[in-house]
Amino acid sequence: MSVNIKIKNAVKRYGQSTIISDLSLEIKEGEFFTLLGPSGCGKTTLLRMIAGFNTIEGGDFYFNDKRINLLDPAKRNIGMVFQNYAIFPHLSVRQNVAFGLKNRKFPRDRIEAETQKFLELMKIDQYKDRMPEKLSGGQQQRVALARALVIQPDVLLMDEPLSNLDAKLRVEMRFAIKEIQNRVGITTVYVTHDQEEAMAISDRIAVMKDGVIQHIGKPKDLYQRPANLFVSTFIGRTNLLEAKLVVEAGRARLAFPGGFELAMENVRDECRKSQDVIVSIRPEEFVIADGSGAGLKTIVDSSVFLGLNTHYFVHLETGQQLEIIQESKIDEIIPNLSGIALSVKSEKINVFTADGSVNILKGVSDDKTAVGEV
Amino acid sequence: MARRKMFDIWSVLYVAIFAAYAIFLLYPMYSILRNSVIGEDGRLTLQWFVKFFSAKYYSQTLIHSFNVTIWTTILTLIIGVPLAYFYNMYEIKGKAFIQVLIILCSMSAPFIGAYAWIQLLGRMGVVTVFIRNLTGLTIPNIYGFNGILLVLTLQLFPLVFLYVSGALKNIDNSLLEASDNLGCTGVKRFFKVVVPLCMPTILAASLLVFMRAFADFGTPLLIGEGYRVFPVEIYTQFLGETGTDYSFAAAISVIAILITAAFFMVQRALSKRFAFTMNALHPIERKPAKGMFKVLIHFYTYFVVGLAFLPQLYIVYQSFQNTSGKLFKEGYSFSSYTTSIKRMSDAIPNTFIIGGIALVAVVLIAIVIAYLVVRRSNVVTTAIDTMSMLPYIIPGSVVGIALVMAFNKKPLVLTGTVAIMVIALCIRRLPYTIRSSVAILQQIPITIEEAAISLGASKMKTFFRITVPMMSNGIISGAIISWVTIITELSTAIILYNSKTITLTLAIYTFVTRGNYGYAAALATVLTALTIVSLMVFMKFSKSKEITF
Ligand SMILES: Nc1ncnc2c1ncn2[C@@H]1O[C@H](COP(=O)(O)OP(=O)(O)OP(=O)(O)O)[C@@H](O)[C@H]1O
Ligand SMILES: [Mg+2]
Repeated sequence: MSVNIKIKNAVKRYGQSTIISDLSLEIKEGEFFTLLGPSGCGKTTLLRMIAGFNTIEGGDFYFNDKRINLLDPAKRNIGMVFQNYAIFPHLSVRQNVAFGLKNRKFPRDRIEAETQKFLELMKIDQYKDRMPEKLSGGQQQRVALARALVIQPDVLLMDEPLSNLDAKLRVEMRFAIKEIQNRVGITTVYVTHDQEEAMAISDRIAVMKDGVIQHIGKPKDLYQRPANLFVSTFIGRTNLLEAKLVVEAGRARLAFPGGFELAMENVRDECRKSQDVIVSIRPEEFVIADGSGAGLKTIVDSSVFLGLNTHYFVHLETGQQLEIIQESKIDEIIPNLSGIALSVKSEKINVFTADGSVNILKGVSDDKTAVGEV
Repeated sequence: MARRKMFDIWSVLYVAIFAAYAIFLLYPMYSILRNSVIGEDGRLTLQWFVKFFSAKYYSQTLIHSFNVTIWTTILTLIIGVPLAYFYNMYEIKGKAFIQVLIILCSMSAPFIGAYAWIQLLGRMGVVTVFIRNLTGLTIPNIYGFNGILLVLTLQLFPLVFLYVSGALKNIDNSLLEASDNLGCTGVKRFFKVVVPLCMPTILAASLLVFMRAFADFGTPLLIGEGYRVFPVEIYTQFLGETGTDYSFAAAISVIAILITAAFFMVQRALSKRFAFTMNALHPIERKPAKGMFKVLIHFYTYFVVGLAFLPQLYIVYQSFQNTSGKLFKEGYSFSSYTTSIKRMSDAIPNTFIIGGIALVAVVLIAIVIAYLVVRRSNVVTTAIDTMSMLPYIIPGSVVGIALVMAFNKKPLVLTGTVAIMVIALCIRRLPYTIRSSVAILQQIPITIEEAAISLGASKMKTFFRITVPMMSNGIISGAIISWVTIITELSTAIILYNSKTITLTLAIYTFVTRGNYGYAAALATVLTALTIVSLMVFMKFSKSKEITF
């Protein structure tokens, strides 16, 4: 049985310092939900509050309608997968997986059957009598996952489970985890600071910074319509340009230093007033016009050919450097020191208020605002 | 509900342990302090301290003790550090065997070494007599300062060796290669790179040697003759022929504690300055030495270890000699064994009973305290932790005296019982066992316990099924070292024992003081055999094979 998780106005303090001041969140039943944020932003702290290993200084945590703030961690029916695996080194693979079932006092044949089932599911059947120290990192992580899942938990919590693995295995295990989660259909909270991993694996992502949630949404929403400047820089690569939003006769356009102007159709009504803004343009959102056309005037500094794409590094007259990604063409790569004009795909770029706190375009989908009135 | 759980069984343990320490450590310490400042008339006085410092006869013992202790510390470093360096940097033939010998040397009771050296180099010692017969010369006197220094140095340099070897194993080879690369090699590298890297360990080892040398009284008692040192003075004031003088003994004890505490502080301050952590990805690999240097380091190693082990060998030899009365005579047999065991029929069972109970108690209490300190640290656990470390700086004989003063009258009379022996051994041994258990526990990531709890195991179950088994290797090897130190303990037990609670070590001591050297040798050999067996068990259980005291 899977549950939904509601967190209302959570507060976490360590001594004098407040790590999380007021955090609300709703995780849907069966969802793969990721907490993403820079190191030290409080992801682990929040996860361990859900697990019951951290005290909760304020707010309410619910599994479905049951408040769990004071529930013993052992009774929360949670499966946990830790960054350092936390495999019991003195127990064999099979004993590790069976550990949780034994605590639940299941009959012996049931324990054996379930253990076997998950050993097979995680493809570690052939190592079942080995001691953990004789397993590779990836195999140990599979044991950890099997051990967490075999108890049929209501919730699966994972704290950077892949960060100790090498790059290739990380990608491989990513899919293994996603596939298992799909099959078991269990509500999963996943912590990582690797945005690519988060994008690849999650149904929804909450981007955190300094204990505050910045944006909750689907990977596509976060990337294409980030709620604020932080999210746009944290997810994917982007170029930031200062510009002015000019509203005349109800029509909005962006005026860049140097004279380039761009009509913007999708500015939200309440933000339609002339103001300073920050424009976030991802490298692939530039279009290289030929030298004569209208656009941002830039000089090519260097280029890198990567097969599918070619990256150009250019600078503006102001000296600001930009990164451009173009699908590789059959023609010559544009030589260094050439002058090129850049126009942009105006429907893709994002525009933020001068303080970066709000995206002023339409189409931002942020579930953060939807929480609270549960 | 979770709040309620906090007052689980651990809370009961907090209270129990705290109470035990209050009764068996703080109260005796208080008794000793009280006795030291109360005059015959029952008033507060400093007369005992004044008596000590004003009479040269007494205060001199302090200077003697410092002499012995400081020189012993210096000599053990001079011998032990290079030995560890050669042993770990170069291929030495028979290195496994050498290590076992060094460990055995460190584990025998110092007074046994003292009495064996008397047998060898004393007035009627075999070597003395042999040289006299051969050359007509009489070699310098072994009694007094020189003898104490010789015995203590040979007894204690193994500690330096073991400590520094441990540190050398943590030095990454690349540091030495980098040093070579920068043109700092050989002797220069030893002093500029190796010694500074080992400095925290060298300081720790120095402190240990210092404490042991300062507190040891078996050695000076046997071999010191006129050279009176501090611990012997405490003992004689307390139990000596001149009759018991509690107050004066207490005052001397307080002085002793103050001195060791001061050194402890100095060492703490120094090691803070040198503190850094090392972790070798590529530990040093032993290289074969070449030419003259190879000969030299082999000679040095064999000579030092041979010299240190010689007394034990001689004792084994002596134990098979026939005796008549107190004299040795022609021929060999087991008669010393049969007679000594018959005469001291309680000693061996007592050793196992008292030592066994103490060992179990020490291990259990240490695990619980370590767990409280590491996983549930709060004001109470910090207090317990600090208290449990106190005995580290209290000389063994002082622990004994304090216990007698506290428990020789109502409401709690314990003197002469097995219980008081066990308590004394626990108090003495716990600081070491707690420290090593804490170290073991700190290496176990807390997530492993959390994993168990999230899988539905209760806290108790997690502790017994996960934490303790994961600690067990370290605990067992630690316990074996504790066992050896417990069965060779003399300075506390000698104050507390009586004929019913005599142990092997005490029996040996008794035979030595009575002049029954054959019997003493037989029992000492039994003790050595017991130590060797324990060591073999240790080797089997300990993964790292490293011994820490
Ligand atoms: N036991 C603790 N006592 C005091 N402060 C703590 C404790 N644990 C965490 N913190 C602080 O809380 C903040 C959040 O820590 P947390 O471990 O949740 O970060 P994180 O987002 O998981 O980071 P990372 O990606 O590096 O794992 C950090 O500033 C950290 O220093
Ligand atoms: Mg973390």
